[in-house]
Amino acid sequence: MLSQVYSHLDELTAVALFGIGFTLLLLDKNLMKKIIGFSMMDSGIYLFLASYGYIESRLAPIYAEDVSESSAYVNPLPAGLVLTGIVVGVSVTAVMLGLTIRLYERYHSLDIDEIAEKIRREGK
Amino acid sequence: MMTMTWWQNFPPFMIVAPLMCAAVCSVLKAKAARAVMLVLSALECCCMGVLLYFTQTRNLSFTFAMGEIGAPFGNELRVGAVEALVGLLFSLVMFLSLLGGWKQLEDDIAPNRMNLYGAVFCLLTAAMTAMTFTNDLFTAYVFIEISTIAACALILSRNMGWNMLAAARYMIMNLLGSGLFLLGLSMLYCLTGHLLFPQLGAAVRALAAENRYDMPLYLSFLLMTMGVAIKSALYPFHTWLPGAYSTSTAASSAILSSVVSKMYIFLLVKVFLRAAGVDVFTRRIEDVLFLYAFVGVIMGSVHAIRQRHMMRMIAYSSVAQIGYIFLGIALGTQAGFAAAVFHILAHSSAKSMLFLAGNRLQSAADGHDTFPALQGAAKKAPLAAFAFLIGALSLVGVPLLGGFASKVYLSQAAVALGGWRMVLVLADLLISTALNVGYLLRCALRLYRPTEKEETEHNPKTKDAPFAFAMGVLIVMNLGLGVFGGPVLRWIQQGIAIFM
Amino acid sequence: MNRKKRDAFAPFLNWLENGGNALDAEMQDALREHDPKEALPEKTKKAKKKAVPAQKDKAREERARKAYADSWWYRLLAVVTAVTLIWLLMEAVLQMPKFGAADTLIDSELTEFYVEHTKEETGAMNIVTGIILDYRGFDTLGESHVLFIAVCTVLLMLSIYGERDEESRLKRWEEERHYEPEHDVILQSAARLLTPLILIFGLYIIVNGHLSPGGGFSGGAVLGAGLILYQNAFGYEKIERFFTYKTFRWVSVCSLLFYSLAKGYHFFTGANHLDSHIPIGTPGNILSGGLLLPLNFVVGCVVACTMYALFTMFRKGEF
Repeated sequence: MLSQVYSHLDELTAVALFGIGFTLLLLDKNLMKKIIGFSMMDSGIYLFLASYGYIESRLAPIYAEDVSESSAYVNPLPAGLVLTGIVVGVSVTAVMLGLTIRLYERYHSLDIDEIAEKIRREGK
Repeated sequence: MMTMTWWQNFPPFMIVAPLMCAAVCSVLKAKAARAVMLVLSALECCCMGVLLYFTQTRNLSFTFAMGEIGAPFGNELRVGAVEALVGLLFSLVMFLSLLGGWKQLEDDIAPNRMNLYGAVFCLLTAAMTAMTFTNDLFTAYVFIEISTIAACALILSRNMGWNMLAAARYMIMNLLGSGLFLLGLSMLYCLTGHLLFPQLGAAVRALAAENRYDMPLYLSFLLMTMGVAIKSALYPFHTWLPGAYSTSTAASSAILSSVVSKMYIFLLVKVFLRAAGVDVFTRRIEDVLFLYAFVGVIMGSVHAIRQRHMMRMIAYSSVAQIGYIFLGIALGTQAGFAAAVFHILAHSSAKSMLFLAGNRLQSAADGHDTFPALQGAAKKAPLAAFAFLIGALSLVGVPLLGGFASKVYLSQAAVALGGWRMVLVLADLLISTALNVGYLLRCALRLYRPTEKEETEHNPKTKDAPFAFAMGVLIVMNLGLGVFGGPVLRWIQQGIAIFM
Repeated sequence: MNRKKRDAFAPFLNWLENGGNALDAEMQDALREHDPKEALPEKTKKAKKKAVPAQKDKAREERARKAYADSWWYRLLAVVTAVTLIWLLMEAVLQMPKFGAADTLIDSELTEFYVEHTKEETGAMNIVTGIILDYRGFDTLGESHVLFIAVCTVLLMLSIYGERDEESRLKRWEEERHYEPEHDVILQSAARLLTPLILIFGLYIIVNGHLSPGGGFSGGAVLGAGLILYQNAFGYEKIERFFTYKTFRWVSVCSLLFYSLAKGYHFFTGANHLDSHIPIGTPGNILSGGLLLPLNFVVGCVVACTMYALFTMFRKGEF
């Protein structure tokens, strides 16, 4: 059991990060913490993908001078996917931050329930 | 390999052209930006129509490699009759929503922001087309995120507190959904080593035959399904929906309710049929989905009955309707999937009409959408009230209208399957039809009931040709889906048969 | 609440008692007390006079009690959700291939193909660049537009041209001026030294994207960071000599247009098996790789502009 855990350590960390981030994003009332949760969740997924892209004792997917056989390099595709994922994550974080700034400017609160309460009092 | 015929070159340009329009739109003036939006969505409709004509008459599907190397190494698009049909409907609804909400668009969006709105609209068009056509799971994820942000921008088009809160809630729930989807697809990729649907499907089937990685495969499909369910507001995950749909400008809410949430469901249909294979893993997921959909159909209607505002009522009725679509998917047979796709079409055309007409009625009632305020609104906006009535009748399921046909096909699919699912589906349909009559017709009748105090000053009747045109086409679409339901369903079935 | 008892540990104790939101409530209370804008419209002056400190405390206690009642249930829910989710995922992960193991399905024909063909077909020494800009170029096209739509949405949300009048805009600008650096010698000399280096390094990463680790996205982020540093050290007036809203708009629009056009051309010629007339060159040289170098460059421009735009929108709400 322990050896199995040890050999899956990266992925286990990744899914733990995902779970914590997911819960934060879902249940915390503070908008900033929600955004932090989202970043954690995404990082978990990137770690997951990147760790499956790694194969022991192989080179990074950049052609080295004297190595040409294909079994010498790791799979380059997960790296590409992670890159794409990171950029998408950055954009979404930016949108969320913009929204949060806007709400805070107007209602002076980061607590989403409190904001809802204030909007209700303000009337439609 | 042969080269493509002329019409087979359409799909990539139907995605690249909106992307370029978006870039151009962002530097244009308001009027030019709106013209670009309109022309682009009209062109998109025409291209979809051409694709549908050729794929349907020749009963074929083709793949388009995005680059020299196609599957399994590069991105690919795949177009068949189902994709073209669904794409045609989506682009038509987007075009008509834009036309129908043309006036409100002018009022709600400041001229110096119209260019940004246009850019967002164009990007949403691109995302819609890409998600309908894509043959690649990861491309689907990228365009899911584009449509999520685009939808957030659409909700924000009116600049009020409610909109911001609705947008925040929308973003939060949708980020959860796309996070689950991304994790599911990463797991699937790590297990099979493929991202394109055909190869993915083959690998999954091979693994399932050997009984390897049973639990991870199941979990990855479950994660993706849950992600899509959250993003398309299946019942327990619907909390973001009413605020998002009911507060934004008319064109935005029509597009959000009838295009954005439906394209995720269509993606899920593709994942189930092409990546999972009908019987391999979906069986167990379908039980879960069935439960949610069953509860959702009833609870959506119950929530809708309890609303005191018309727009919120229409929004909640979407929850029930999405329950129907998932009910069709959860039957797990080809007939069930066909019924689900048909319901996507029927619901999109009815719901966009309801939102557009409802918005118009609301402005006829001086911006109030409580039921007492709406009483007698039919006098002030006869066309909108008539369209609302047709949409309501279609959702209730009156013969000759789209909603009726889709309910019939759903129950046929259930009867063909038999067993406890049949009983539950039929019971569900009966209960929800009764509830639909309760809230939709009550509202429609209220519109036609004359007000007690005679109003002397009539609002000067404004002629709004784009709105009238949009309503006319949408009414015709609803009637068409009802009357020619049989042929349309056969197209869908043919398309689904060559899906795999 | 006894104010005297508050010491350094008070926030921590409060957190323990009242859950995660207590600290925020404190901060909000502090803000509320100092913020003149906060006076809610329905509160008349009379009501405001009545709100003596005792009542305020009472309201605060009430809120704390409510937060407490909310929070234990919320925390339980959170723990249950997190534990269930993580347990499920871990269970699945333990059955998946081991970390670093060879000959799994992910390490299949695809790896072989990419390693064998990338150099000849795309001219890239960095296989990842070859994949994201050529084989899976469609994903990356979408990805750059995700950045673009994020900027559009943030502009739509925050742009203060939209609804605020000239007066409040100027006021905001005055407030913002307060944060402008004046004679910050340390920051300015450091920035004077570092900014050119950072910009050159960013360009290096972009231009070498097809040869070594890096590429448009990472290089663009470095360029954006350089711009942000320059702005922070020297203020808006200096940076607006060469980078304004107009620059941002035209650079990003032209880059995206070029990107879409190039990719559209590539898709069309690729799928129809036409000759694309773009020389690949000798792999390993700077001027090689066909479209990779220009594509990396435009992606870098888009990313740099986006990063700077997001920063400045968050900070002052306009360019």
